[in-house]
Amino acid sequence: MTADKQALPARATLRAPVGERGRDGSGRASGLPLVALDRVTVRLGERVIQHEMSFTLVPGELVAVLGPNGAGKSTLLKLLLGLIKPAGGSLSVFGAPPKRGNRLIGYAPQFGTIESDHAVRVRDVVGFGLDGHRWGPGWPSRAREAAIEKALDEVGALALADVPANELSGGEQQRLLIAQALLTDPKLLLLDEPLSNLDLARSQEVIQLVDGIRRSRGVAVLFVTHDVNPLLPYLDRVLYMANAQSVIGLPDEVITRERLSAIYGSPVEVVEALGRLFVVGVET
Amino acid sequence: MGSMLQYPFIQNALLSGSCIAVVGALTGYFLLSRGLTFAGHALPNIGFAGAAGAVLVGVKPVYGMFVFTVLASFGIRALGKNVRDRDVSIGVLMSFALGLGLLFLDLYSGYAQRVYAILFGTILGISRSDVLVTGISTLAVVAFILLLYRPLLFATFDPAVAEARGVPVGLIATALLVVVAVTVSLSIQVMGAILVFTLLVGPAATAIRLTRRPSTSLLLAAALGVAYVWGGITLAVASGDLPVSFFVASIAFAVYLPVRLLTAGRAETRRGAPPAHAH
Repeated sequence: MTADKQALPARATLRAPVGERGRDGSGRASGLPLVALDRVTVRLGERVIQHEMSFTLVPGELVAVLGPNGAGKSTLLKLLLGLIKPAGGSLSVFGAPPKRGNRLIGYAPQFGTIESDHAVRVRDVVGFGLDGHRWGPGWPSRAREAAIEKALDEVGALALADVPANELSGGEQQRLLIAQALLTDPKLLLLDEPLSNLDLARSQEVIQLVDGIRRSRGVAVLFVTHDVNPLLPYLDRVLYMANAQSVIGLPDEVITRERLSAIYGSPVEVVEALGRLFVVGVET
Repeated sequence: MGSMLQYPFIQNALLSGSCIAVVGALTGYFLLSRGLTFAGHALPNIGFAGAAGAVLVGVKPVYGMFVFTVLASFGIRALGKNVRDRDVSIGVLMSFALGLGLLFLDLYSGYAQRVYAILFGTILGISRSDVLVTGISTLAVVAFILLLYRPLLFATFDPAVAEARGVPVGLIATALLVVVAVTVSLSIQVMGAILVFTLLVGPAATAIRLTRRPSTSLLLAAALGVAYVWGGITLAVASGDLPVSFFVASIAFAVYLPVRLLTAGRAETRRGAPPAHAH
């Protein structure tokens, strides 16, 4: 993929959001939010990770979550999954407080998790997404296998179904995690740094896969990443988290010298070069 | 072989040996898959200390084993969350337990026969009631694994997503270690503390290299374990006087080594290339 072929948008203009979502120019959305945070404060031990964070997510939108390490990006996902509780404020997921094991949320954690060197096939791991949480050994069934194969097919990994999971490359592992997340027909996908350890070509494949899923299934996606550039042609908004603060909006509103310097409390420069955005002065 | 089977002590040995082979293989599979192999070595040693302590206070050794190994399970869970911490913690716990065991030995004379029995097992001295207890405990362990089958596998191979899906990964980890503690305590009576590890790790390690999925790995491991025990008992009886556990350990090794060497050529883990652009 070369810069001119992609024709990355100039800073002032961005691709219009997909579909009819009633989004006005400021990025504010109408329609029933899937996720709503109202002045949520998050603490890890003594430290305040995020102070009074507020935003909403609507169906079908792709939001990149950016910010330095330790800013609370993974923590935000855990909050939405009901794994940690906020220290203040209120949040709702699908109109209710977050609860663990919500099948409407699909989750792909950081660092692809296949924990051992041992014999377990791709289809076995993907199958956990379907019924791994239920007691008992379960019965093998044609319907179950069909659902697993359908999910694998959707991510373009059907040929890998019987491969041992520990023999997958990084990109293939991401596909597996996404397939697993799709099995419960989620309305919200939480992807924690799916592009880390992927080269440029694989990153593009994963991004296009996620965008395709987003369009065909109408799921909202929170996509945590370190580098926003590969996502720019596809995303709707950016949530930038740093220094216990956050701002959400269109990329060219958020990734600016003014906004980021305000968040970091120190001079930050945003440079546009080679059709890409570079944030200079801090680690992104 | 046929004439051997008519003796009750052989029957008892085969029955109880088969039971602990099965539970050893099943729990050993999960130990290996979770990187807890060292715990499989430590718990029998800790169990030995418990047995020595029990004899010192005049109680049946198996009760001491249960208490010490179950306590150690909770201790292992409480200390050290990541793998490196865990290995150190397990090692420290084991050393402490062995030190206690040494103390107990020192404090009580007239031990030798019982100590020998704990260390090396008394499979050919198992009574019918022991078989019954072992059999019932085996059924309980198998029932536990069946009941927790799917969440246990999920938590073992994919813990982050499992937790997100509401699986109680911490509870399952503790429950598994307690089940291993019980398995170890039962198995020490049969195989002896020193060689219990062989039945925990040998069959499962071999099965994992030969199969592709958990269900077949578990079944193969159990089958191998039972085969090793039957083979060990047969060879011991044929040899006249040599210990059963020696034969079991040797068979396990003799099977594992060629399997390991022959499967070493399997595809190494393929990982994607590092990112081409700087972040």
